[in-house]
Amino acid sequence: MGTLTEPMAGDAERRGHAFTQTAETPGQAADPPGPGLDSKPVIEARDVCLSYGAHQVLHSISLAIAERRIAAIIGPSGCGKSTLLRCFNRMNDLYPPVRYSGSVMFEGTDILRSGIDLVELRRRVGMVFQRANPFPMSIYQNVAYGLRLLGVRSKRELEEAVEGALKHAALWNEVKDRLNRPALGLSGGQQQRLCIARALAVNPEVLLLDEPASALDPTATAKIEELILEIRSSISIVIVTHNMQQAARISDRTAFLMLGKLVEEGPTRDIFTHPRERLTEDYITGRFG
Amino acid sequence: MKAARITADGLYRAALGGAAALVFVVVALIVFEAARGSGLSIRTFGLGFLTSTAWDPVSEKFGALPYIYGTVVSSALALLLAVPLGIGSAVYLAEIAPRRVGAIVSFVIELLAAIPSIVYGVWGFFVLAPWLRTAIEPWLIAHVGFVPLFRGYPFGIGMLNAAIVLSIMVVPTIVSISREVLLSTPRSLREAALALGATPAEAIGVALDAARPGILGAVILALGRALGETMAVTMVIGNTNRISASLLDPAATMASIIANEFTEATTPLYISSLIEIALVLFAITIVVNGAARVLVYWATGGRRSAAALA
Ligand SMILES: Nc1ncnc2c1ncn2[C@@H]1O[C@H](COP(=O)(O)OP(=O)(O)OP(=O)(O)O)[C@@H](O)[C@H]1O
Ligand SMILES: [Mg+2]
Repeated sequence: MGTLTEPMAGDAERRGHAFTQTAETPGQAADPPGPGLDSKPVIEARDVCLSYGAHQVLHSISLAIAERRIAAIIGPSGCGKSTLLRCFNRMNDLYPPVRYSGSVMFEGTDILRSGIDLVELRRRVGMVFQRANPFPMSIYQNVAYGLRLLGVRSKRELEEAVEGALKHAALWNEVKDRLNRPALGLSGGQQQRLCIARALAVNPEVLLLDEPASALDPTATAKIEELILEIRSSISIVIVTHNMQQAARISDRTAFLMLGKLVEEGPTRDIFTHPRERLTEDYITGRFG
Repeated sequence: MKAARITADGLYRAALGGAAALVFVVVALIVFEAARGSGLSIRTFGLGFLTSTAWDPVSEKFGALPYIYGTVVSSALALLLAVPLGIGSAVYLAEIAPRRVGAIVSFVIELLAAIPSIVYGVWGFFVLAPWLRTAIEPWLIAHVGFVPLFRGYPFGIGMLNAAIVLSIMVVPTIVSISREVLLSTPRSLREAALALGATPAEAIGVALDAARPGILGAVILALGRALGETMAVTMVIGNTNRISASLLDPAATMASIIANEFTEATTPLYISSLIEIALVLFAITIVVNGAARVLVYWATGGRRSAAALA
């Protein structure tokens, strides 16, 4: 608990300089620095390297995620998008043997450090997976689960929070009459929105979305995108996507990853209209990928 | 060529169908014979047979209550001991132990299920009974003897011994099925829980919750085995038709009374009464096993759709 809630004195100061460093990572030193974030960074990866055993997957990635904005991570399959995302809530720890170096600053704490409170971190940095994974319980129980973990027992409090989260996830109107029915009876798109509601219920500061719509049809995808734009005002979002149009439609900033290296990061419009890197241009114009 | 294939196919089907039908016929015959054999007893005692505690071959008064009681209590007690142990081991083997350890240990546990029950009986009689008599039961009487369950005299053999032996016999069933069910719950459930800030233990709780129907099926299969277990129980339960509140006292089960007295039964009514006990036992185990089938089917069906939708 303490490790995250009490930023150390020096950290806030260091954070102030951090972003300038981020924009000038070694690989990009020659390029003109990208335009700055228009809100303060909530997560900052600095020189993050990661290997699964002997296989190095991330190579010295430095990236800042702006508060209450939508950041998209794009790149070809297997380039390490999911792995990078999972650095932000340490879900990679579930796949030993995993080794990190570098740091990821979140609220003044390096969350890659050993000994940080993972339970607290994951409460504050929520995650939604590629395939909807509701618990085999009722719709209500699914959304209430995280709150129960936090020790919320009052029925009224739970009901209000569940309703709030379901409204946030644009699911309330579809399920309000069947909250006690099994979540697995919902359609794929509804299940995914339920997973978003479940993540939102515990009030995370950051929401990580790993290809949340890749298994869904266009209508369900549109609903998810709409809801992401809706919650943008209250929460910082990082979304991994295969779908370039999707990144272009919803994100404020886009990071392009290839072979575990960050090729380019900047405002989405710039990335898609005049990327600085040749690789980025080839990728977004579909010349490979 | 085509005709030949059709005939071969038809023969094959007929053979399989015949084999399946034969199983039904055998079961039906068993039920029929048991019902016919118990006819005399049913006519003589009616429903009173199920509620009477008399067992007097001399005056030909028979009642099954002590044995029904013994079967139900010994099995329930066995589950009380075996379920926490079995589910605990299954959770450890499926969720916590390294894969290899889990696989090896569960292989060994499954071997336990293959040990003939008389071996458990011998162990219960020669190892467990003296230990209960000299150590456990005196302690129970001295310290919790104020509870009627632990009042009496340390015989060593009796309801407690039978329940312990039974619990050891059914633990492998619970462990191996529960472990399988746990291993087949989607990993994504645990990830979802962890990503919400669950501790590893809480994430296992979610998996257990998802595995609950299957684990329930395992418990009911174990119950079925406990209800029908004969040899080991007969050796250690003491065999008396008295119903006693104390677990330390001897008792008898439906299976043990049949095993003990069938060769001694001389009069038609005596034999018929024993057959009626068999019929009651058969009915109880059929119901329990049917319930287990339904539960396991429901659990696997639910899991498949869960996996398909997730
Ligand atoms: N648990 C793991 N153990 C070992 N290697 C892994 C593990 N997870 C991922 N990798 C490897 O790390 C690399 C990056 O994987 P990652 O899942 O992050 O890619 P991705 O960009 O998300 O791909 P996709 O778009 O297909 O989801 C791949 O080469 C993959 O094989
Ligand atoms: Mg991925």
